[in-house]
Amino acid sequence: MVGDAISHSVLPGIVIAYLFSSQFDSIFIMIGAGIFGVFTTVIIDFFHKKLKLQEDASIGITFTWLFAVGVILIALFTGSATDLDQECVLFGELGTSFLDKIIIGGRLYGTRSMLMILPVFLVIVLFVFSGFKGLQLLAFHEEYALSKGINTRIWQLGFMSLVSITTVMSFESVGAILVVGLLVLPPATAYLLVGKLTKMLWFSCVIATFDCLLGYLFSIYFDVSVSSMIIVFAGIIFVLVFLGLKAQKKWKNNFSEQSVFE
Amino acid sequence: MKPKHSIEVHNLSVAYNRIPVLWDIDFELPQGQIIGIVGPNGSGKSTLLKAIMGLIPLSSGFAKIYDKELNNVRDKIAYVPQRESVDWNFPATVEDVVRMGRYKKGKLFSRLSGIDKQLADEAIEKVRLTPYKDRQISQLSGGQQQRVFLARALAQGADLYIMDEPFVGVDVATEKTILDLLITMKNEGKTVVIVHHDLQTVSDSFDYIVLLNTRLIAHGPTREVLTEENLQATYGGQLNLLVKMQHLIKNTDFPIREKGFEDK
Amino acid sequence: MMDQLTYFFTDPIARKVILGVSIIGAVSGVVGTFSFLRKKTLIADAVSHSVFPGICLGFLFAGTKDPVTLMVGAIFTGWFSVWSIDYIVRTSKLSEDTAIALVSTFFFAIGSVLLSIISKSQNSEQTGLKSFLFGKAATLSTTDVQVFFVVSVLIVAIVILFFKPIQLVCFNADFADSIGIKINRIEFLLSVLTVTTIAIGIQALGVVLMSALLIAPAASARYWTNKLVGMLVISALFGFLSGIIGVIFSTVKDDMPTGPWIVFVLFLFTMITLLFAPKKGWFSLQRQSKKNNRKIEQENILKTFYQFSEEGFERITVGRFLEKRRMDSHVLERNMNRMIHQGCLKRQDQNYELTEKGKGEAARIVRSHRLWELYLTKRMNFKEDHIHGTAETIEHLITPEIEKELLKELNFPVSDPHNKDIPY
Repeated sequence: MVGDAISHSVLPGIVIAYLFSSQFDSIFIMIGAGIFGVFTTVIIDFFHKKLKLQEDASIGITFTWLFAVGVILIALFTGSATDLDQECVLFGELGTSFLDKIIIGGRLYGTRSMLMILPVFLVIVLFVFSGFKGLQLLAFHEEYALSKGINTRIWQLGFMSLVSITTVMSFESVGAILVVGLLVLPPATAYLLVGKLTKMLWFSCVIATFDCLLGYLFSIYFDVSVSSMIIVFAGIIFVLVFLGLKAQKKWKNNFSEQSVFE
Repeated sequence: MKPKHSIEVHNLSVAYNRIPVLWDIDFELPQGQIIGIVGPNGSGKSTLLKAIMGLIPLSSGFAKIYDKELNNVRDKIAYVPQRESVDWNFPATVEDVVRMGRYKKGKLFSRLSGIDKQLADEAIEKVRLTPYKDRQISQLSGGQQQRVFLARALAQGADLYIMDEPFVGVDVATEKTILDLLITMKNEGKTVVIVHHDLQTVSDSFDYIVLLNTRLIAHGPTREVLTEENLQATYGGQLNLLVKMQHLIKNTDFPIREKGFEDK
Repeated sequence: MMDQLTYFFTDPIARKVILGVSIIGAVSGVVGTFSFLRKKTLIADAVSHSVFPGICLGFLFAGTKDPVTLMVGAIFTGWFSVWSIDYIVRTSKLSEDTAIALVSTFFFAIGSVLLSIISKSQNSEQTGLKSFLFGKAATLSTTDVQVFFVVSVLIVAIVILFFKPIQLVCFNADFADSIGIKINRIEFLLSVLTVTTIAIGIQALGVVLMSALLIAPAASARYWTNKLVGMLVISALFGFLSGIIGVIFSTVKDDMPTGPWIVFVLFLFTMITLLFAPKKGWFSLQRQSKKNNRKIEQENILKTFYQFSEEGFERITVGRFLEKRRMDSHVLERNMNRMIHQGCLKRQDQNYELTEKGKGEAARIVRSHRLWELYLTKRMNFKEDHIHGTAETIEHLITPEIEKELLKELNFPVSDPHNKDIPY
């Protein structure tokens, strides 16, 4: 849930960095978002632990406030001429970012966003692969990790940085709200299907890629917002898997009543 | 030189949500025995274990393991938390969880060796879960889940095992397996510290007992400690005045130790 | 500035907007209180995202921005999201926060697909739909405000009518069940109230930020009162005020969304609360801990004087004092001056001496300390060399009432475990 909150609350960081550098693919944006990502967890912790505000309210108040600040900054300081407006915060603008092609010496090297996303993608994949054990321990049993003297705070920070970076990367393409859908829907679908973390990671990747491709194709066909269509597809696939598993279970039970007592 | 005590706890106080739940606990535990920390629900037993393992902040005092600071002997201790402390729906198999026992601080980025995997397999065999090795952990019974935790600790190859309520909600078969295992471990010279909530069951297996009810009632070899008087003190409810003091401390937000006051 | 303010209360259009927003704020404060107490505020966030497709559907159905149709659509999808979250949590291994996150983004995505379909249509009415994203109170029409008013009165009436069962369900659902209250129905009622409130609120707050209006006023109100009724009133007041102030702020620039400004004001209220609230606020906690420290310091000084007098010395110089008890000299000086002022201590040249009042106080501290030491050894089986540490703190805490109990329980002892006299 804190990850969810972070994806909303990095907005002011992005906006402030954008106001200074006036472009999206700069390192400033990453830093700005990173700072606000950490800031979010600090405030939530401060409200919850020091001021005894119940946790759900701490989260809810913090991220709505930071999101609001981001929108206010956009409304105050960016005119309609700039790339950043209130709506792209919500939906991203996948269509346009594909237009910026990088052409060096007459050869097409790919689109601008691809060249920017690729290195970050590699860094994240590398981190997940090499730090798998740490992330697994953190997710499964933080207390046990602590009992082994492992510094879970650092791992937590590392993980939150990953979430922040991913959010920023997705910001341009799917927007600050729908990115939550991309972060949650494919893994949740995979979680229903498999019972092993390594498998779940693979399934989740495949499902997410599939969602994006289908969503993109359909949105072109029907001429609607790309990012929304991707999430709609991710949602539909989740619902299909969810109901499919339910039906399968029911079907099984009908055929072997005894298995209930297994 | 071999240290005399497995665990030494000195003047240890812990507050939870500002209410003091452990008052100046002070004891030393022997080595190579099965030790029970016994007391009613809410008597601070699990808190004591967590304090020893450095998982919660102390208000005063310290705990030492093998006469050393906790951080210097982490490799020699295996902690078995309560079963409820994790979400059993987590996507992991029995093997995955037991292999976590071989994860080490500072070596999280390197791969497990063949020996690590072998040790994990042996631990699974010891708790008789080999047929369930590839099962997802939510598909196990309560007793089997408890044994997974035990296997994870065994895979660590520690000298001291600290277990939080391992007998809660387990079937008779598991109870027997665990007890047999404990005795094997003892014969191998290991020390096992077990938090346990009642004296009706399994207490015969303890060589040494610590009676606890927010304060230390008694500690010593089982036969000496289990007197009518001690049990009455342990299970006869909280001390009236102590409870009042607890609330006073909470309401006024008083520090449990004065600033600058040093325990000698 | 003054002109601007008077403008808001004289101009009919501005007055309508203010009226609409204050109704929304107050009702959200009331309904949010229950969400907050049931720790369900994050569901409120999901609902506010999920009413978005309902609004689009309502618009597609009616073809105009008829407030009633839009609201019905909003309530429908909002309620459906609550049901979906509940169903997912009940029948699968997914956790509640996952269910909330996935349902809310899925619904929101459906809404934005619908919006992009609508925006391609030739309907001229559609322009205002986008203001549902971040809220634009200026678009409130007279009919909107009328509808809000009726719905709000209904909501408040229902809350008053069902106050007792709602209170019980929020506080202790098991108990409510045991005395025969149908929890399911009350919970259903509460979720309908929440969804309806969100449905009327989004025009001013927007689907993205509506949840803040449900969470923040209630969370802040909790710091000012311990009573449910008081909480409802204060929460409604916070919602009401932040609605009005937020709308006024949003006029600093043309074409500003109102939602973010209202949330901004809400956050200011919350911060003020968290910092300044009596007892639980930050400053209050700091003051309390300072007070505790001062009490400890002064009582330790008194105790040291008492120990001197046991050895037969009444008049002490600062130097001798510090030999006996280590203490920061500034702290000592400050406290001694304070104690002279209070009439516990008097000064002659370089010597300090306890007054009669001071002696009485000092005896009380020493008595508490020694009684507690005795209690620890008698009742808690502490060894004699382990009791001093705890007693050193507890002595500052013992009230006359507890002292009386200690005396009774220990049967008015004359000496402590170290064989020192207990002064009476």
